[in-house]
Amino acid sequence: MSTASDAADRIERIGIAVGLVALVAAPFVLYPVFVMKLMCFALFAAAFNLLIGYGGLLSFGHAAFFGTGGYLAAHAAKVWGLDPLLSVLFAAFGATVTGLVVGALAIRRKGIYFSMITLALSQMVFFVALQAPFTGGEDGIQGVPRGMLFGVFDLDKPLMMYAFVSAIFLLGMFAVWRVVHSPFGQILTAIRDNEARAISLGYDVDRYKLTAFVISAALAGAAGGVKSLVFQLASLTDITWQMSGEVVLITLLGGIGTLLGPVVGAIIVVAMQNYLATVNFPVPVITGIIFVVCVLLFRRGIVGELRHWASRRASHEG
Amino acid sequence: MKRHVLTLAMASSVALASVAGASAQVKIGILNDQSGVYADFGGKWSVEAAKMAIEDFGGSVLNGKIELVTADHQNKPDVGSNIARQWYDVDGVDMIAELTTSSVALAVQELTKQKKKINIVVGAATSRLTGDMCTPYGFHWAYDTRALAVGTGGALTKSGGDSWFFLTADYAFGYQLEEDTAKAVKDNGGKVLGAVKHPLNNADFSSFLLQAQTSKAKVIGLANAGLDTTNTIKQAADFGITTGGQKLAGLLTTLAEVHGLGLKAAQGLVVTEGYYWDLDDQSREFGERFLKRTGRMPNMVHAGTYSGVMHYLKAVKAAGTKDADAVAKKMKETAVDDFFGKGGKVLANGRMVHEMYLLEVKTPAESKKPWDYYKLISKIPGEQAFFTLEQSGCKL
Repeated sequence: MSTASDAADRIERIGIAVGLVALVAAPFVLYPVFVMKLMCFALFAAAFNLLIGYGGLLSFGHAAFFGTGGYLAAHAAKVWGLDPLLSVLFAAFGATVTGLVVGALAIRRKGIYFSMITLALSQMVFFVALQAPFTGGEDGIQGVPRGMLFGVFDLDKPLMMYAFVSAIFLLGMFAVWRVVHSPFGQILTAIRDNEARAISLGYDVDRYKLTAFVISAALAGAAGGVKSLVFQLASLTDITWQMSGEVVLITLLGGIGTLLGPVVGAIIVVAMQNYLATVNFPVPVITGIIFVVCVLLFRRGIVGELRHWASRRASHEG
Repeated sequence: MKRHVLTLAMASSVALASVAGASAQVKIGILNDQSGVYADFGGKWSVEAAKMAIEDFGGSVLNGKIELVTADHQNKPDVGSNIARQWYDVDGVDMIAELTTSSVALAVQELTKQKKKINIVVGAATSRLTGDMCTPYGFHWAYDTRALAVGTGGALTKSGGDSWFFLTADYAFGYQLEEDTAKAVKDNGGKVLGAVKHPLNNADFSSFLLQAQTSKAKVIGLANAGLDTTNTIKQAADFGITTGGQKLAGLLTTLAEVHGLGLKAAQGLVVTEGYYWDLDDQSREFGERFLKRTGRMPNMVHAGTYSGVMHYLKAVKAAGTKDADAVAKKMKETAVDDFFGKGGKVLANGRMVHEMYLLEVKTPAESKKPWDYYKLISKIPGEQAFFTLEQSGCKL
């Protein structure tokens, strides 16, 4: 059994190695801004996946944190003239606070009720973004400067910006990996699999859930913050419930509860949005069809199916 | 061996020719919503209008072919910005037009300034494009929030609709539209009896419509957009508001929406547009050609896209280069005199100033033929409809 899961881990490790090489090569092959967008969504999905994949909590309001992060970073960089890194940290901090409030209320309920509470609270955050004067309503915050990192590195240069985004992306992904493979992550998985047993073992389940929720919100906020610096704008798109749905879609396509799943999912969804935009056919319809096909054919998501295939092969051989 | 050399020579000459061709080409991008709520407001019909402009121009300029690329930004500013960046950086696009949805238009206009290209906004409403967010390379062609407010608010008040009640969508765009329109109403001697805010994407307008009905205001102004406007108009028909003598004024409604609603629901609605096909021979000529190609009559966004693309191409030809500074200068120097912008001129902030029309939707009995939807109430001179350079708040 352990050889089977080892085989699954091995295939994911190969995937990580390939991904790292691709990350270095990508800006010379693909359009850098596109790859940066990919990384933002991948990190956002990884944060979401931390909750659903390892904690079993389906949040349907994650756009609230992603969008809050976007607005805060944009405001900090544009109005206060903060350093880009500080702006992103500020975004993560703001999302942490939002996550603390939303999480504290939502984890009191389970299952569909949990999802509905996160959805309702994220709608409240959306209305704040719609009404608050600093967000610019439907125009959004435009013309956000990328700025000079530490006052030295000019992020207006595409490769500099690419390096900056990659660094934050890798750091974020490492944080997710570290959380999942820590004792904390083990307990989280235990709670997901059997909450009553975790309680009977003496764990304060609510505290674990809340911590996971807040970490996830913080990472989503950082992803949103980076995205607003990449595109030099923050808008309502990132804070609507459709965005909460999109991150569910990304994670499902890639594979829930796998480290690389969110990355693969993000590649598929973002690439479709971009490259199908010039096709003479409505993009949402194509996205929908692909989603239906994936749910019917690869229940575990793409990376999930790969892991499954590897572990089955290993157990046959073993 | 000889054959190889020959092939090589041929291949390289083809390559050289294509390089030479590429440098002289002018590439135009149409970026808008082609699958969402604005798919009929602009959508692929705008692409068709741009194609017509390029064909009418002759298909080539500066000894190079004019190419057209198009994309659906899905109303997402990040998708729009990503595509626009790629067009400018990689694909060598020189000008992007249409740009429905304010957030996308503002983002692309900012980008255009950085990359020193040209953008012509047709479908987006916000007057900030030529106000505090104006750029030397950004143009705004068909209409803006100010023109809609002055057109519908001012001209309608002058023609007798002098007491108003507003149904306002509860967010910045709604407030802005209500405020601008209310000001135009008061400036023309009208009065505002009241206003009620409704949530965005509301489904049931009955309580708001009843308040508006009992206010006895002569005009009910709809300071909302998209689906909200459509829903209000449909439900107002159920309450018999226009048949009861009150007028509905749709602040952001075009021929495309009226067509979607049908005359039965939309009759009596008053709108402001920059173009209507059945105004004179020139506008009819364009409208009918467009109808033949697409099966529908153009609204001001489609006609405006044609006009904007045409004006750009003329400017490129006159300037003898596609350099953004030279072309922008030519575009501002040259008068826009076509079926769309009659006596039109472009201000230094990029605003195309032209005549606007206050129109009322006909009743089913008045409509004699397909697409016979509007009757003209009054013409609004461009100088009144749009901000002057000083009023716009544009600092260049």
